[in-house]
Amino acid sequence: MNAQQKWTAYYTILIREILRFSRIWIQTILPPVITTALYFIIFGNLIGPAIGEMHGFTYMEFIVPGLIMMAVITNSYANVVSSFYGSKFQGNIAEMLVSPVPNWIILAGFVSGGIARGMAVGAAVTMVSLIFSKLYIEHLFVMFTIGLLTSTLFSLAGLINGVYAKSFDDISIVPTFVLTPLTYLGGVFYSISMLPEIWQKISLLNPVLYMVNGFRYGVLGIADIPIWISYLIILGFIALLASFSMYLLNRGIGIRT
Amino acid sequence: MTAALAITNLRKTYDNGFTALKGINLSVQQGDFYALLGANGAGKSTTIGIISSLVNKTSGTVSIFGYDLDTQRELAKSQIGLVPQEFNFNVFEPVGEILINQGGYYGIERPIATERAERLLKQLGLWEKRKEQARTLSGGMKRRLMIARALVHEPRLLILDEPTAGVDIEIRRSMWEFLTDLNASGITIILTTHYLEEAESLCRNIGIIAQGQLIENTSMKSLLSRLDTETYVFDLVEPIQQIKEMGACHFELRDPTTLEVSYHKEDFSLNQIFAFLNQQGLQVLSMRNKTNRLEQLFLDLVEGNKA
Repeated sequence: MNAQQKWTAYYTILIREILRFSRIWIQTILPPVITTALYFIIFGNLIGPAIGEMHGFTYMEFIVPGLIMMAVITNSYANVVSSFYGSKFQGNIAEMLVSPVPNWIILAGFVSGGIARGMAVGAAVTMVSLIFSKLYIEHLFVMFTIGLLTSTLFSLAGLINGVYAKSFDDISIVPTFVLTPLTYLGGVFYSISMLPEIWQKISLLNPVLYMVNGFRYGVLGIADIPIWISYLIILGFIALLASFSMYLLNRGIGIRT
Repeated sequence: MTAALAITNLRKTYDNGFTALKGINLSVQQGDFYALLGANGAGKSTTIGIISSLVNKTSGTVSIFGYDLDTQRELAKSQIGLVPQEFNFNVFEPVGEILINQGGYYGIERPIATERAERLLKQLGLWEKRKEQARTLSGGMKRRLMIARALVHEPRLLILDEPTAGVDIEIRRSMWEFLTDLNASGITIILTTHYLEEAESLCRNIGIIAQGQLIENTSMKSLLSRLDTETYVFDLVEPIQQIKEMGACHFELRDPTTLEVSYHKEDFSLNQIFAFLNQQGLQVLSMRNKTNRLEQLFLDLVEGNKA
């Protein structure tokens, strides 16, 4: 395939992915928006005033970046894992496997689909947050790149889950038992400086912390951890997961007999 | 001329230790209409899976129009269109989108893929369904959709794995006609089927796989010429109670107006049999071949291989 044909193949997968989650927007876009709005109402409006200020911001303002990031993470992951496993389950992954499209394009197409949904939901949640809070954007470039890279990372993670999944249970286990705890404990609702020292150190093992931290720095200009460490951790994980994803696709694990 | 498909010493052993292919050698010439037959589990689908890159081979080589599947993968894959046994499209996607997307995976730009999709959907009687989700199609329509999908990138080799399974006779006949026209246009076709009448009607050459080995690879004509026994059923005008013997020709009266005749082709001709029936004063209303001849041969060969 020449470069133009590869672009066409990539574009086809991306458009297919975007159409897929757009067609079922009631299942894909709306729920995270409603859930996040509830977080804003309960934690921000009702409980927030009792908590007081955090790093000079109201509690509502403090949790906005974390909640946007949580929506981006869960939706990027969910899009790729459900789409990839769905393709395996229905057998239509074969449409790509029999074609000459290289594996790295398949990977790029699915991951871009995950990013598209992550960003779409992230944007929708951001719009909702404006109803409840002012949005400060201290470092637009940092905010955008951390959001994009985090979405990429969790799209890759979703694809790996999709490759190994053998049933619909398998695609919900990781989000329920790994992703949600890591996100909740990743500083969405609190600053790790509030934790005892031992828990601060344990929290540093949670990769989600670096993403929430980086995004919050982009929005509010405050960070528990230096921003360059956030970039380094996210890029490191992307390199690792992308390499592993390529290995799985090249070997045909979970998709070829 | 380069073979459309050349397979050399193809072996496949699955992770559970089962050896599905035990060294298959096969060559299908360009423009051929080739039948690949075998009982369930014989190795047909594994062979097709390897050719279409859905199954990893253990060893051996596969080349398609001279392009090696290992070293010239993209070129080799571009030559093939696959119609798998099971429905394997996204049932929630609109019919037209399935074809356009499939074109996209082969690098065909959307406007061209859209034109081709329109032509194929019209040819296969699916144009009215183009905007409907694939799950709403009937079984026969789904089969035709898979054929259309396999053709959107204009492959030179079309592989059909039991394409008419579960479709009614009328649709099956129209699919036969469509495939015959495709073959006449120069597309090489490999077909697996359990309907041996289908293979006999459509295919010029035939391979039979049994227990992971290619036990027969010859022309349909040559294979059928090996049949030395014919059995016909005659419907008689007047009922009879019995009939005289005629040497080694075997008569069996199934009911008073139905006579079954079996004979070796080298011993008798149909003319002799009719002359004998005339002598007996019997008039034949109609006649038909009792069994599918290829079916009998197929069973003989597969059984022979087991022994």
